[in-house]
Amino acid sequence: MKFEDEPVPGQPFPIRPGHSSGGRLERILREGVFAVTAELDPPDSADAEDVYRRARIFDGFIDAMNATDGAGANCHMSSVAVCALLRRVGYAPVMQVACRDKNRIAIQGDVLGAAAMGVCNILCLTGDGVQAGDDPGAKPVFDLDSLSLLETIRTMREESRLLTGRKLDSPPRVFLGAATNPFTEPLEFQPIRLAKKIAAGAQFIQTQYCFDLDKFRIFMTRARDLGLLEQVFILAGVGPPASARAARWMRSHIPGVTIPDSIIHRLEGAGDQQAEGRKICIELIQQLREIEGVSGVHIMAYRQEKSIAAIVRDSGVLDGRTPWYPERGRNPGYLGQETD
Amino acid sequence: MLRLRLWSVRHARLLEAIYEAFERFLIKLGPLLERIGHERLEKPVAALERISKGLFFDCQMCGECILSSTGMSCPMNCPKTLRNGPCGGVRPGGFCEVKPEMRCVWVEAWEGSRLMRKPEAIRALQKPVDARLKGRSSWLRVIREKTRDNPP
Repeated sequence: MKFEDEPVPGQPFPIRPGHSSGGRLERILREGVFAVTAELDPPDSADAEDVYRRARIFDGFIDAMNATDGAGANCHMSSVAVCALLRRVGYAPVMQVACRDKNRIAIQGDVLGAAAMGVCNILCLTGDGVQAGDDPGAKPVFDLDSLSLLETIRTMREESRLLTGRKLDSPPRVFLGAATNPFTEPLEFQPIRLAKKIAAGAQFIQTQYCFDLDKFRIFMTRARDLGLLEQVFILAGVGPPASARAARWMRSHIPGVTIPDSIIHRLEGAGDQQAEGRKICIELIQQLREIEGVSGVHIMAYRQEKSIAAIVRDSGVLDGRTPWYPERGRNPGYLGQETD
Repeated sequence: MLRLRLWSVRHARLLEAIYEAFERFLIKLGPLLERIGHERLEKPVAALERISKGLFFDCQMCGECILSSTGMSCPMNCPKTLRNGPCGGVRPGGFCEVKPEMRCVWVEAWEGSRLMRKPEAIRALQKPVDARLKGRSSWLRVIREKTRDNPP
């Protein structure tokens, strides 16, 4: 899928009136196209090719990919660096920023640097606690929270100044996102918290894994009643559980993941649990698409990233379109080799 | 004092009223405190605050008290010190992601806020805390804000 003013890969689009960024994701969402994003597994490596290899497996199936920021409180290549590498060749990365590891000085500096390197989308997160990762002795920072982070970056963009008031010569033109978890307590507060995030600057939302669609529908109805659905693009989080055991592990070890027993029982009853997991994921995508206010899906398939292309294809959500991806060989900025 | 902290949330409406009356009293006392000098009062008032609010709220002395916007549940007891609502990691039953034996501060805050006369206060967007104020009196700061910056 290409736009008429398609830039040289690595350069941003001209910013349309009413848009915040020159990014592909904002364009797609504002055109009303059902968007597909996925989570990239950042490498434990200092080799750029490791990033490109992980990005290439999504080619032609997703519109944007999230670069996680120390996901699960484990160290990997930084989201700023992963995004900068991806931008060089024209991909549309969503830079995740977690408040756990950096204070306001470091985060604002990263935002400026990322925008300078062409990053157009930033997802503002609180971040998992350090106890969740493999380095629980690390010092948790949490100087900002996801909401004050949203407001900070929006202020940088709209008023061209830092939190201190100091003027910026050029503001970061970024499309701002936030996460939401409709499945955890306090359930009644979650739609209000979404309203707070929108008020703080959130323009798109990527949700936690949606396995319990009844709960999700209740959340969306409440969000609609609060008038939120016209103000934000909601991308529902999905992922294929690898097996019943993996699903059990996820819900007890990954903070905030809720998987109903019915899903686990269905996996247990299947001959090929992995195939059943993918089938569940495809069905969820198709059902989520029918829910009012869902503008796209965000696929998180940790260690199953290779299955994402087939899941997207079989779900039919692309309606025959092919999302943009770098044309190999013709792009002078492309550093990777042609190995697939 | 977890038990007292939970009592405070269950009696958020009463404490809200007491706090409002106390704030009016403090503002009336403003001119007197001004004469004594806030710097001279800082240490004793902060100590008094630490003891009283410590008892009822497990106060962490952030210096920017927002209890009336958080259902009388102190957000600085959240291991991530979140001041705008819960993180996405709350465990089943409303328990904390980081300290699984503790109920989420924001689950408590939501329950407390619904008992209060101003339940909408929880919707206010809170700014990041000023780390310089840690350990200082938030009562004196409120008096300064309400009298010096906006004289009656």
